[in-house]
Amino acid sequence: MSERTDYLDLDTKDETFLDATELVLNMGPQHPSTHGVLRVILKLDGEKVLGTECVIGYLHRGVEKIAENRTYAMFNPYVDRMDYVAAVSNGLGYCEAVEKLLNVEAPPRAQYLRVILTELCRIASHQVWLGTHALDIGAITPLFYCFRDREEVLKIFEKYCGARLTTHAFRIGGCIYEAYEGFEQDCKKFCDAFLPKLDEYEELLTTNRIWVERTKGVGILNPEDCIALGVTGPVLRASGVKWDLRKAQPYESYKDFDFEIPTGVNGDTYDRYLVRIEEMRQAVRIIRQAVDGLPQGPIMAKVPKVIKPPVGEVYHSIEAPKGELGYFIVSDASTQPYRVRVRPPSFVNLQALDKMVRGLLVADVVAVIGTLDIVLGEVDR
Amino acid sequence: MKLTSLVRKILLVDLVKGLKVTFHYQPPSEAITEQYPLERPVIFERFRGQPRLNSNPDTGESLCIVCNLCALACPEQLIVVKGERNPATKRKEVVSWTYDLSRCMFCGLCEEACSTDALELTQDYEMALYSREGMVLNQAALERGQEPERYAK
Repeated sequence: MSERTDYLDLDTKDETFLDATELVLNMGPQHPSTHGVLRVILKLDGEKVLGTECVIGYLHRGVEKIAENRTYAMFNPYVDRMDYVAAVSNGLGYCEAVEKLLNVEAPPRAQYLRVILTELCRIASHQVWLGTHALDIGAITPLFYCFRDREEVLKIFEKYCGARLTTHAFRIGGCIYEAYEGFEQDCKKFCDAFLPKLDEYEELLTTNRIWVERTKGVGILNPEDCIALGVTGPVLRASGVKWDLRKAQPYESYKDFDFEIPTGVNGDTYDRYLVRIEEMRQAVRIIRQAVDGLPQGPIMAKVPKVIKPPVGEVYHSIEAPKGELGYFIVSDASTQPYRVRVRPPSFVNLQALDKMVRGLLVADVVAVIGTLDIVLGEVDR
Repeated sequence: MKLTSLVRKILLVDLVKGLKVTFHYQPPSEAITEQYPLERPVIFERFRGQPRLNSNPDTGESLCIVCNLCALACPEQLIVVKGERNPATKRKEVVSWTYDLSRCMFCGLCEEACSTDALELTQDYEMALYSREGMVLNQAALERGQEPERYAK
């Protein structure tokens, strides 16, 4: 990785200001294409981007500090509010981390239910990404189609756990809600209806020449840079690195399922689009297998009413839709965690922004922010 | 390969394919917009909405036994239950019950903690108010439940 030498020096005033050829432009925090409240300071030479600086923290709520004042079970609803587009994945990561600390394992039925809901959530998250990303670049139609089809996933969530967005679906030790009557049929129906819809999205975009022109060769990340920056998820896989925690460190019941890890070749925006589209197909595959093999039995492991894990620390990470979502929890044998640290995929992936947009045009910055699939609730926490 | 892609480019195949999808959804039967106040959405059974304090349908007595479990389970500590032991029946009875709806995030932990099914998050979802007054619900408001809003021209 090449050393970054030209840091933005925004404080020093240029003496010959009138001769300056560089323009400093603020993008955000109210810019609709920054997917929330991200502020990017751009240093421009005409239309060309010379450097960027991200200013974050506009959505900071101190979730990690809140955790220190809540019991383990009480903190569970708060994690949904980090990556609110994929709340189920957040809950899964937290519950698994505490389960690891307690040394319990969810029963098989609960594990299957968790996999089904997490994969549905992956589809919903990618649909939001696809819709907004395409909207940023100028294609408005996919947004409506994606949100229309996402509604079916949200209906399943609402039927299962009573909330659409901040679901609070899982509890420490398993699931609290039994699958409702018709859950399997609903999932299967969604899978059958969704695959043709996915083909429609592709018909709108994959060969569309405006889409191809705007995404091919834009924001290229090579595998070495990805690994050096700690980028994970579809962004890493699009660069050709076959790394997926579901395969690398199988958690829950992912080892029971047969699925592929899609990878890209060029590591550009177009490849990241193809990887995420293929991931949705693989998610449908996993859901179908999990629904067919859904075992009977209890859905809650034996967990004490008052959760008091032994002294120790644990790090557990899962493959969230956006990348590796990790929870580091330190326990001091009290009812409240001593420290909770979250490794959010959006925050780490955002660090690649500067590397990707240098030398591109201003309009491509929007495309690159979209392709990174960041959620500011997770970046700022 | 090169030639076919050139022909496809000249014939605007990508554009035609995309427009075909768009026009496929043009007939009004494909419209999915819900005309909200006129058309009510289907709310499913497990939905966590407006809280309600249930009472025994036969006697009309409150089911709450003032065990305080909901107040302890609440992450936001927005439930305050005060009770007194009735010397005649030797049972704890509710003196005051408040539920601050403005801070509630509808996680459902109070409902799960309740040992007598007294507290329930119902399917009522229209909780918007013009001011913060009225967001703190007392026992009477919780037992009464939501009063249906009427939308009329």
